[in-house]
Amino acid sequence: MTERWSTSSATDLAEPSSLEGPSSTEESRTSVASADGTRDRLESAGADGNRDGKATLAVETEGLVKHFGETKAVDGVDLTIPAGGIYGLLGPNGAGKTTVIRLLATLLRPDAGTARVFGHDVVTDADAVRSRVSMTGQFASVDEDLTGRENLVLLARLLGYSRAQAKARATELLEAFGLTEAAPRQVKTYSGGMRRRLDIAASIVVTPELLFLDEPTTGLDPRNRTQVWEIIRALVANGTTVVLTTQYLEEADQLADRIAVIDAGQIIAEGTPGDLKASIGSGILNVRVHDPDQREEASRALSRILDVPVDLEADPTALSAHVTETDRIAHAFVELSQSGIEVTEFALGQPSLDEVFLALTDQPADENAVPEEGSR
Amino acid sequence: MSDERTAAEPDAEALRAAVSNQPRPPRANALSTSLTFGWRALLKIKHVPEQLFDVTAFPIMFLLLFTYLFGGALAGSTSAYLQELLPGILAMTVVFITIYTGVTLNDDIDEGVFDRFRTLPVWQPSVVVGALLGDAVRYTIASTIVIVLGLLLGFRPEGGAVGVLAAVALLLVFSFSLSWIWTALGFVVRSPESLMGVSMLLLFPLTFVSNVFVDPETMPGWLEAFVAVNPVSHLVTAMRGLMHGTATVGEVGIVLLMSAALVAVFGPVTMYLFRTHQ
Repeated sequence: MTERWSTSSATDLAEPSSLEGPSSTEESRTSVASADGTRDRLESAGADGNRDGKATLAVETEGLVKHFGETKAVDGVDLTIPAGGIYGLLGPNGAGKTTVIRLLATLLRPDAGTARVFGHDVVTDADAVRSRVSMTGQFASVDEDLTGRENLVLLARLLGYSRAQAKARATELLEAFGLTEAAPRQVKTYSGGMRRRLDIAASIVVTPELLFLDEPTTGLDPRNRTQVWEIIRALVANGTTVVLTTQYLEEADQLADRIAVIDAGQIIAEGTPGDLKASIGSGILNVRVHDPDQREEASRALSRILDVPVDLEADPTALSAHVTETDRIAHAFVELSQSGIEVTEFALGQPSLDEVFLALTDQPADENAVPEEGSR
Repeated sequence: MSDERTAAEPDAEALRAAVSNQPRPPRANALSTSLTFGWRALLKIKHVPEQLFDVTAFPIMFLLLFTYLFGGALAGSTSAYLQELLPGILAMTVVFITIYTGVTLNDDIDEGVFDRFRTLPVWQPSVVVGALLGDAVRYTIASTIVIVLGLLLGFRPEGGAVGVLAAVALLLVFSFSLSWIWTALGFVVRSPESLMGVSMLLLFPLTFVSNVFVDPETMPGWLEAFVAVNPVSHLVTAMRGLMHGTATVGEVGIVLLMSAALVAVFGPVTMYLFRTHQ
C-alpha cells in the first residue's frame, strides 16, 4: 500500500500544478473557468457546431436536482466532464452517484436544473443523447433468459445491423471478451465476471461516444477486476469518454483522470486524484516508536514542532500527522532523536484517497476542507 | 474448469479491434425494432417453454369443464351447447392470457435489461409492441388448441375455415389492444402478484358477466344492461357470427372500433409511464 502511494506521489511531483497550487480549489476554479471558455467557443461556433467536430465537453450539468419522495437523491450538482479520458464519481452507498448517471443516460428526468451530453439536452433532445451514450448498470443489463450470443445479436439488430452483420459483430465481441465458449449458454449460468464482461460488450456493440459504467467492478474478484480495467482502458484509448461510479478509492485512483466526490447528493470536491490528495495537506507523516511508553512524549514533540494535531493510531507504537509544511519534518526527526526517543519508522507519504475521502465526508458539506483551505 | 478459465481470458489484440470505431449502421426503423423485440419474446419461450403451460392447460380445462358441466342443462345436449360455447370459450381463454403480458412486463421492468432498452436510440414503444407481438404467438397457440379440441368434440362451424380464421384474427386484434391496459398497469403496480390480483378482479366480471355461457335474456334487467355494453360480449357475438357465417359488418366493426379505442387510450398512457418510469 505504502509503496503504491509513494509511486503515485512521484507522479504528482512531476505534475507541478498539483503541488504548487496552494490547494485544489484553485485548481478546480481554473478548470471551471476553462470549461466555461470552451462552452462559449462552442456556442459561438453555431448551433450545428456539435454535428461535425466533437464537442469538447462530454457532460455539462447545472444545478441538477432529483427527488425521490422526501429524499433529495441529487441536490444541485454542477458537473463539467471533458470529452476523452475517464471521469470518476466517487462516493459511499446512497450518495447519489447512480442517480446522476441515470439522469445523464435519459433514464430519469431531472426535477430541476439542466444536463447536456455533447451539447444535447437530456430531456428535450433525449434521442440524440441516446444515440451517443451507452450504459452498463450496476446490476446486469442483459437478458438472463437469453444466451450470451442472443443478447448481443438482439442489441446489434436493434441498433440497425442487418442479420448477417449482427451475427458477425456478436462473434467478434464474444471473442474479444473471452466469451466464445460461453456464448451458447443462458446468461443466468454465467459467473459474475463473465456477466460483467458480456454487459460491457453489450454496451459497445456500436462504439459509444460516452459510456456510463455504474460500479463496473463491484463484487468482482481482483483478477476479473483487472480484466474490466483493461477493457475500460482499451475503450478510452480508442476515444470513448468513460464516466464511472465507484466506491473503491483505489479504482478511482487507478483509472480516473478526474474525480468528483459525491456525498448526500452534492459534489463536495472535484479534481485530479493528485489534487484531492493535496487538498488535505502536503502529506501524511507516519511515525513508529520502539517503546510504547514513549509515544506520548513523541506525540507532544511532533505537534510542537510541526504545529499540527498528531493522531495516535490503534497500534500502541504508531503515530501519524497531516503535514502542511514539509520543511519542518527534518527538524522534527532531529528533535525526536535528541529527546532520546527511539524511532523505528519515520515515513512521509501522500495521503491515501481513503483519508481524503474521510476528511471530506466527515464534515458537513458547507464547511468541508477544500474551500476552507483555498480561502486561506 | 482450468481449461475454460484460460479460454475465458479476453484477448488484448481482439479487444483493441472490437472496441475500435464501428461504422454506425443506419437507424433501425420502428417495424424492424418491434419485430426484433418480438423475436426476443419468442427466444424466451424457446428457453423457458414452461411458460406455455398456461396457454395450453387453461383452454383445455375450460373447454372440457364447461362443455360437460353445463351442456346438458343449458342446451339440452353437449354438442348443441358446444356450437355456441366454443367461440365464447376461445375469447375467454385468450382474454385471460393477456394478463401475462402485463406480468411479463412487470417482471422485465425490475431487470437491468429494461434500462438498457430505454437508453437505446430506437422508437421507444417498440419495446412494448414487440412484447405484444410475441404474445400474439401465444394467443395463436391457445386458439389452435381450443379449435382442434372443439372439432374433436363435435364443433361444426358453418362459416368454414375462413370464418374460423377470421374469428381468430379478430380475437388477436382485440387481445393485442386489450393488452395495453395490462402494460399500463404493469408500470403502476409494484409486483407481478398484485398485478395478477388486479387483473383477475377486472377480467372475472368482463368474461363471466357476458354472453359467453348463457343467453343474457335470462338475466335480471340490470345485469343484462351490463352484458349489452360489455366489450367481451360484442367480441363473442362477432366471433360466433364469423364462425357460423352470419356476422354483420356492424358486429365486426364495433369490435374493431373498441380495439382502436383501447389502443388510443392505453397506448399513450403506457408510453407516458414507460418514459417517466423511475
